[in-house]
Amino acid sequence: MFSDIGKMTVLAWRTICALPLTFRHLRKVLEQLYEIGNASLLMACILSMFIGGVLALQTGPVMVERGLASVVGAVVGLSVCKELAPVMMSVLIAGRIGSAMAAEIGSMAVYQEIDALRTMNINPVHYLVFPRVIAITIALPCLVLFADLIGWMGGALVSASNPEIAIPWQAYFTNLASVVDTGDVVNGLIKSGLFAMIIGLVSCHQGLATIGGPRGIGRSVTKAVVNSIVLILITDYFITRLLLRLDL
Amino acid sequence: MTDDCITENGKACVSVHGVRKNFGDHEVLKGIDFDVRCGEIFVIMGPSGSGKSVLLKHLIGLEQPSSGEVRIDGHTIDSPELLSKYRIAMVFQSGALLSSLSVSQNVGLYLREHRLKPSDEIDHIVREKLKIVGLEGAEDKMPTELSGGMKKRVAIARALVMEPQLILYDEPTSELDPLISITIGQEIMKMREETGATSIVVTHDRGLGFGIADRMAIIRHGEILALGTPMQVRNSGNQEVQTFLNASFQRQPSEEEKETEES
Repeated sequence: MFSDIGKMTVLAWRTICALPLTFRHLRKVLEQLYEIGNASLLMACILSMFIGGVLALQTGPVMVERGLASVVGAVVGLSVCKELAPVMMSVLIAGRIGSAMAAEIGSMAVYQEIDALRTMNINPVHYLVFPRVIAITIALPCLVLFADLIGWMGGALVSASNPEIAIPWQAYFTNLASVVDTGDVVNGLIKSGLFAMIIGLVSCHQGLATIGGPRGIGRSVTKAVVNSIVLILITDYFITRLLLRLDL
Repeated sequence: MTDDCITENGKACVSVHGVRKNFGDHEVLKGIDFDVRCGEIFVIMGPSGSGKSVLLKHLIGLEQPSSGEVRIDGHTIDSPELLSKYRIAMVFQSGALLSSLSVSQNVGLYLREHRLKPSDEIDHIVREKLKIVGLEGAEDKMPTELSGGMKKRVAIARALVMEPQLILYDEPTSELDPLISITIGQEIMKMREETGATSIVVTHDRGLGFGIADRMAIIRHGEILALGTPMQVRNSGNQEVQTFLNASFQRQPSEEEKETEES
């Protein structure tokens, strides 16, 4: 694990060094953006709708019972945008996109395609890693923005339709708007950007480090997803503390 | 092991001296020495698992030797001068075509990524190189739609696009039928004639090796057993070399065949 983190740090540095080449690799970045968005948007919307809904379902009746019906919108709104949407979307993307990245690059490593790139003096970090990391870092915050909106709506739907909660749509959103501000949404977007980089780097690193045949690819995919989720959850705690300290 | 004809007749294009390679406790290469002259086709032959492909990877810098050195035109393999003045291409055993790219994208990849030519010119060069290897019209096919022989020919076209001074072939005829193998052999010879590039071919195909080699080396268990012209190698007194060169499948007659023969 520590050796992996060390190698990923080197990979991150090489990726950062390739930033001046963004325009040169713009087409590949756009292709990756389309892949990630196209593959995940619908799933992200469905997932966030249910996350918002279940949150309202769990907190709503308890709060209504204690005369706190007016803050259900705020609780759901803040939880979704500051914590649930960034973390759950990152976990979803780690499973959906991170695994695909590790499998694709891993298969290229096993079938000597990466060696072929090197013999053509094409840097695999520039050609494969950079466009993927940039694309996922742009795409995940965009998905989180969608997830925030749909999650809030899921919460509102459940709050309005569940007789135990029965908070009107308008009251829910008025409360949400009075508590949740732009800073809270930005907080979630900053987190998701960081998680996206973790997913991209972990998955690409595992792909490049693949050895053996199809079994090796399977191992890399598993490690990419598990390591990404573990690192996301650990990083989440520390970044939350940091953002709280910065009052974001 | 040294070869006198190199120092007498011309400068060495590729020099391999004392190359050893260990993977853990296993020593794959045990001190390899040979020189390859500019423009010649040098064949490295040996049975499977003898270290041929590992040796080839050392020549293009995909592996680093545990000890010893590889020099190309006097430069070490990792020197920036080498990269700036020398182009080395490799045709992999599997072809190693990028499966997400079409044939034309694979062939033009080097030019496109390094932005060496405008797009129209790249398309023209790709068509031209595919024609050389007999694959005109296959531009839009994906690697999965190609046969083993076609993949290798696309890989050769991809190498040709680089206009390399040194081309390395890893088992160019493995998994191919005899007719396609002959075509591949002819492509290698044609490419040398057209470009004057030095070629190093790793193979265990004796027909191909003796057919195209100017000089050759026989390698077994990470050691060179014989080095010289095809004639010198064929006449080598080394027992292991003779066993490798003369190995052929002998069918044991069945009881029925024995009886028929006796009667």
